[in-house]
Amino acid sequence: MAEVLVYVDHVDGAVRKPTLELLTLARRVGEPVAVALGNGAGDTAATLAEHGAVKVLTHEAAEYADYLVVPKVEALQAAVEAVSPAAVLVPSSAEGKEIAARLALRIGSGIITDAVDLEAGDEGPVATQSVFAASFTTKSRVSKGTPVITVKPNSAAVEAAPAAGAVEALSVTFSDKATGTKVTARTPRESTGRPELTEAAIVVSGGRGVNGAENFSIIEALADSLGAAVGASRAAVDAGWYPHTNQVGQTGKSVSPQLYIASGISGAIQHRAGMQTSKTIVAINKDAEAPIFELVDYGVVGDLFDVVPALTEEIKARKG
Amino acid sequence: MSLRIVVTVKYVPDATGDRHFADDLTVDRDDVDGLLSELDEYAVEQALQISENSDDDVEVTVLTVGPEDAKDALRKALSMGADKAIHVEDDDLHGTDAIGTSLVLAKAIEKAGFDLVVSGMASTDGTMGVVPALLAERLGVPQVTLLSEVSVEDGTVKGRRDGDAASEQLEASLPAVVSVTDQSGEARYPSFKGIMAAKKKPVESWDLSDLDIEAEEVGLEGAYTVVDGAAERPARTAGTIVKDEGEGGKQLAEYLASQKFI
Ligand SMILES: Cc1cc2nc3c(=O)[nH]c(=O)nc-3n(C[C@H](O)[C@H](O)[C@H](O)COP(=O)(O)OP(=O)(O)OC[C@H]3O[C@@H](n4cnc5c(N)ncnc54)[C@H](O)[C@@H]3O)c2cc1C
Ligand SMILES: Cc1cc2nc3c(=O)[nH]c(=O)nc-3n(C[C@H](O)[C@H](O)[C@H](O)COP(=O)(O)OP(=O)(O)OC[C@H]3O[C@@H](n4cnc5c(N)ncnc54)[C@H](O)[C@@H]3O)c2cc1C
Repeated sequence: MAEVLVYVDHVDGAVRKPTLELLTLARRVGEPVAVALGNGAGDTAATLAEHGAVKVLTHEAAEYADYLVVPKVEALQAAVEAVSPAAVLVPSSAEGKEIAARLALRIGSGIITDAVDLEAGDEGPVATQSVFAASFTTKSRVSKGTPVITVKPNSAAVEAAPAAGAVEALSVTFSDKATGTKVTARTPRESTGRPELTEAAIVVSGGRGVNGAENFSIIEALADSLGAAVGASRAAVDAGWYPHTNQVGQTGKSVSPQLYIASGISGAIQHRAGMQTSKTIVAINKDAEAPIFELVDYGVVGDLFDVVPALTEEIKARKG
Repeated sequence: MSLRIVVTVKYVPDATGDRHFADDLTVDRDDVDGLLSELDEYAVEQALQISENSDDDVEVTVLTVGPEDAKDALRKALSMGADKAIHVEDDDLHGTDAIGTSLVLAKAIEKAGFDLVVSGMASTDGTMGVVPALLAERLGVPQVTLLSEVSVEDGTVKGRRDGDAASEQLEASLPAVVSVTDQSGEARYPSFKGIMAAKKKPVESWDLSDLDIEAEEVGLEGAYTVVDGAAERPARTAGTIVKDEGEGGKQLAEYLASQKFI
């Protein structure tokens, strides 16, 4: 069976969930070969093997952290040349898309971004995309070269599928292009202890209706009662009430959880673009005419300062 | 010294309109109003600020690849304060994908001459977020992308990139390709004076032959990707809506329990 390259997103060897989802999708189109780069690359092998990687190509070098994007493109290019895969899959993060795009150009291939599903087709992998703020679903494929496809988080269930996961050192020579953009400082984000927004099964979001940074504590309390991630609308982020990394929508994160709860959010098209594919949508808004109610499975017309704390109490009581 | 900035701006269907596909599965541009992609206003703004903060002689050129109406996007950028505009227009461009778009933009940027390219973080229609990286690859210059803060001094571009795992400070020598996010600072509104002045600013029109690009390299024929089908997402079935009369929180908890979320 043809091999499929899977780019591994990891933090010092800890593999992030979207990569495990990619391994599931990769098995539909071939045999997954994972490519792990940078500090801790070798430590990813056991997890990747458990989830179906027949081989893990690793390379550690300071360049991956010290320079932007291009070193990773060159490593992936070396992997493509070593393996001749049937496709290359990359997680759809901002960086993942840039890596994938430059790789596609280098190897003379087309690129599809933000796939939400993938299946084998007669003429190569077929990707499902959710476009125009998730109001249309398209089926596309790459018609020239080796398909390079980026896949959104939460697009597939993670399945265990033990495989050999043989570790092989990838040989990479960096060109002078690799060191063009220097990373002169890096401030890691502090962990809140809550699930990652794009990976969470439940997301609880607040908007302009929350009316102040201090009030976000009631949104956080609801999130914590459900083990959920916290999201925010751009209005709340622009007001400085919540960090931009938590923004949901077109210019923020796109999320696709089992349950999305929006409080004090009107449901503008750009917000919908980031949450419309959630399985179950719930909204609390004091305006019965708010467009978000067009999307909901369950809506409460009411003041979030009454409804949200009452809901949190009730959840805690039920959970005991 | 002088600094030549090229800002890439896309003309897109209005996101608040009823966007859909034409029979050939390209974006239907006839039924929905078009406009300058809102995220490219941030790119124009940062280019103008770089120009205003510089002691050098700076020229800001706005560039679009798009149909006849795409001139509207150029006019808007000119009325914000850009100096001149280039419109690449050719019937053979219909259906061009990201790889093809980056080819046309890169050839036009090379022909125009540049020290710095400034792009938006993503278009509001395709929303791929890949064209700036593709331009850096094609032009063979550093990419300094997705910046929420940008500055240019002494032939060096610096910026801050706020990623998922970390916030990074980046630096590269010019020439370079920059893209800016909507966190980089509100875009200015064109003033009346700006709108009047824009009418007199030069807009050049180039076609594929001006850029030595063959028709087969672009458009649907030259595309590296194919769309096989597009279906409107079924409207969500009407949900249950209750009015909070003191029991809203409890009712919602009941619903969540019935769906096994609690
Ligand atoms: C290019 C572009 C990109 C954008 N990207 C994004 C994006 O990524 N994400 C995003 O969210 N937006 C984005 N926006 C902004 C978007 O258009 C809206 O302005 C934004 O989503 C509005 O946020 P909101 O719903 O919180 O605020 P509003 O629209 O002001 O809505 C507030 C809601 O809260 C309700 N409310 C007020 N008080 C209470 C209360 N006490 N109890 C209950 N309800 C209450 C009101 O009835 C109202 O419906 C973008 C815009 C542009 C132009
Ligand atoms: C819904 C949809 C899905 C698509 N999916 C794919 C796909 O998976 N693969 C694919 O190859 N193509 C795809 N396309 C086509 C692709 O969007 C266009 O070819 C496009 O010109 C390049 O990508 P983008 O608009 O997403 O730009 P982005 O990469 O999101 O744009 C970033 C920046 O590049 C600049 N820019 C982009 N286009 C232009 C332009 N025409 N003129 C001037 N500046 C520009 C702007 O500064 C913009 O802010 C899709 C189009 C649509 C409408």
